[in-house]
Amino acid sequence: MMIGREYCYIVLGMGLVTYLPRLLPVYFLAGRTLPGWFIEWLDLIPAAVLGALLLPALVTSETPRIFTLYRLEMIVAIPTFFVAIKTKSLGGTVITGMGLYWLLDIIFI
Amino acid sequence: MKNKINTSGLISDGLLASGPVCLGYIPIGIAFGVLAQKAGFNPFETGLMSLLVFAGSSQFIAVSMFSAGAGAVSIIATTFVVNLRHLLMSSSLSTFLGRLGRKKLFAFAYGITDESFAVNISKFKNGDWDINRALIVNFSANIMWIMSTVAGGYAGQFIPPHSFGMDYALIAMFICLLIFQLKGRIYMFTALTAGISAVLLSLWLPGNSYIIIASVFAAGTGVFIKNIGR
Repeated sequence: MMIGREYCYIVLGMGLVTYLPRLLPVYFLAGRTLPGWFIEWLDLIPAAVLGALLLPALVTSETPRIFTLYRLEMIVAIPTFFVAIKTKSLGGTVITGMGLYWLLDIIFI
Repeated sequence: MKNKINTSGLISDGLLASGPVCLGYIPIGIAFGVLAQKAGFNPFETGLMSLLVFAGSSQFIAVSMFSAGAGAVSIIATTFVVNLRHLLMSSSLSTFLGRLGRKKLFAFAYGITDESFAVNISKFKNGDWDINRALIVNFSANIMWIMSTVAGGYAGQFIPPHSFGMDYALIAMFICLLIFQLKGRIYMFTALTAGISAVLLSLWLPGNSYIIIASVFAAGTGVFIKNIGR
């Protein structure tokens, strides 16, 4: 199988821009103390990023984006949230979410 | 003798901690591999991306951009923005790493993902964790991710598009990762602020820049609210 040269450049670029934010803080900050407010801010960032990734995926439809509350994505999200809270299992939640989405997609369309 | 006991404890501790992450990567990795195959990627191309990027959400987004015919610059820029959150995870891990050899830091940084971060940070906070155990978590998750995505790439040719609810894998992953993060009211407030401002911004702004703007804003608001009560 052939891998295109342009594809290689793009994936290398993606790898580089992904690696640098992972490396620079552990490389430069290790062993130093950060200000308290900054640590508090960092602590909230993962919850913020996930909220910002998730909610638009549930209530907006793609290009051009419009707000639609009653989407299959949103309906399936409710039981998926319960499974995530009850099981705390990433694999179990993903399989449940995919299964319900698949099932409801067949039933409603 | 003592060394041997420590080493075996090291590997089993690391593998035990990474178990749930690895199991979680199997369905997501296969789903990614299948979607990539549907977008015209061969298993080698899928595996190369998993090896070099190793960041699930951005890989899903990149594949959809590739199939929409997006250019190199916009794919790389979007990857950068979506993965910029690792900067903050890396900063937060750095407080536990102290001064280490360069090689270990370079290797450890490569494996920082939402999932390995969640496992390692809680172990580090408990105090019974070290860089070697953390490295085992990162690398076993990495190997599982590469293998699952390549397996999905091979399986893709036998699976019709949009089947098995594969389009929902990423959303379900976000839901579970978010639940892991909601450790108190302030986290819920922050996630909700981020979500609502992301929805509003996404209706105004083209592209994916709303993700980083909403996240930075919401985390800042969270810190402000937390300190105003003191």
